[in-house]
Amino acid sequence: MTQRISTMLLTTTALALVTTMVGRADAPPQTSSKASEAADAAQVKRGQYLVKIMACNDCHTPWIVGANGPEPDMTRMLSGHPAQMTLPPAPGPTGPWVMHFAGTNTAWAGPWGVSFTANLTPDKDSGLGEWTEDMFVATIRTGRHQGKGRVVLPPMPIGQYKNATDEDLKAIFRYLQSIPAIRNKVPTPLEPEE
Amino acid sequence: MKPVTFWRSCAASALCLASVATIAATGAGSEASVARPGPLPSRLSETGLYSDASSLTVDPRHLAFSPQYPLWTDGAQKRRWVSLPAGTAIDITDIEVWSFPVGTRFWKEFSFGGRRVETRMLVKSNRTDWQFASYAWNDTQTDAVLAPVTGLPGVAEIAPGKKHSIPSVEDCRACHDSSRTEVLGFSALQLSDDRDANAIHGEPLVNGMVTLRTLLAANRLQPGRPELVSAPPRIPAASSQERAVLGYLSTNCGACHNSNSTLAPLKLMFKQPAYGGGLGVVRAGLVRQTKWDRPGAVPETTSVIDPVVIEHSALLYRMRSRRPASQMPPLGSVTPDAAAVDHVTRWALEEFRRP
Repeated sequence: MTQRISTMLLTTTALALVTTMVGRADAPPQTSSKASEAADAAQVKRGQYLVKIMACNDCHTPWIVGANGPEPDMTRMLSGHPAQMTLPPAPGPTGPWVMHFAGTNTAWAGPWGVSFTANLTPDKDSGLGEWTEDMFVATIRTGRHQGKGRVVLPPMPIGQYKNATDEDLKAIFRYLQSIPAIRNKVPTPLEPEE
Repeated sequence: MKPVTFWRSCAASALCLASVATIAATGAGSEASVARPGPLPSRLSETGLYSDASSLTVDPRHLAFSPQYPLWTDGAQKRRWVSLPAGTAIDITDIEVWSFPVGTRFWKEFSFGGRRVETRMLVKSNRTDWQFASYAWNDTQTDAVLAPVTGLPGVAEIAPGKKHSIPSVEDCRACHDSSRTEVLGFSALQLSDDRDANAIHGEPLVNGMVTLRTLLAANRLQPGRPELVSAPPRIPAASSQERAVLGYLSTNCGACHNSNSTLAPLKLMFKQPAYGGGLGVVRAGLVRQTKWDRPGAVPETTSVIDPVVIEHSALLYRMRSRRPASQMPPLGSVTPDAAAVDHVTRWALEEFRRP
């Protein structure tokens, strides 16, 4: 009996010790994890702020006429030109009026053809879901799709955005990956006659 | 001005939206600015390419070479040289990623209609970095001047209404930074002595051009790998046509579409390795549906190769296109490669077509 109690005590003590040790061993990671979460939240918040002030919703969120006039339809936030929206051919340039845009602010016609604003939500099939941070940063830096592909078409103000810091571009990407995914397959740009 | 021409001008200046925004796109202050370990010579004649600049005599110590599967650049005539520092060799421990000694220089001269237009240069400036430069030839063809890092649009008319542009350093790096090595045309496969006689736009080996055999014999490749001569790299293929097509795709698409590129998630693997390559490397990518939709097609029905209507294949559409929004490769040429389109179409019809 005594031996059994001793064994139990020993076991309990050992368990407590192990628990304490585990707890201690866990302590720094927990702190680190919390710090990481805080940093992540801060990055997302920074990205959200940048997306707001850089007017991303002006073109990448379809506009509707609301109670107060035209405004971005935030139920389709940053999902790009609506795939189901069919458009007649764009009017050609007239005099100095070389560009036209649809009321949604998501389709733009000009000398380059017709461009449709991209789906920036993290939808895997139609948005940025399969993009990497490197791809996103390279796209803005180079003005080429995924940093290597076709040119990013007007009206995307690459000329200004390319001057953003890596930190800011990464924050924007991190925020875009955190918003609700919306499936919306934006059409391929229409090209002018060559 | 034609619309596309106008747009190309816009793309070159990165300022097409004067009515929307008026900030000049100089890139000043951008973190993307290319770091330069040292200033590049302002003239080609100062780069060491020539032993006698007045007669444009190339230094005989430089090694002329010709990759067996050349890149399409609107039919430009090209000459290429590499200069390795005396007594050095290229480390080929990793057969796919050659490590060049510091001080290595590459030159590639582009001519159209017998006139030199530009000469590009790569310099290995330290253990990890390469400098990129391009020199624009003057009208009198006596020398070439360092082009701005933003490139020079429209330097030579190469076809009616089509002009060759000197690419920006950023555009050069878009392809050259997409593999584990910046050097693309000087590799085990490209310099193999088992040279593809049917390579699309293949160039003849001119006397004195180096190959794996001559480089090994001169101890310019280390460690010595006798298999490079006894079993020279060759793309395994069911036919000579397939071999040529795979080689073409490897050079013209594989520079960006390879497993080490940031584009790897697209799962388009066109790069052929020195050994163990072949159709198996690329097949899975070719039969995929693309995220890019062929204009006019029902959305989400476009495949890289369309086995029912081969002509509707994204691969062929984009090879035929030289419009900025759809052309492939997306930069480096302004006219489609008709011969390659023909080769790839015939091969795809035989390999993939099903009723």
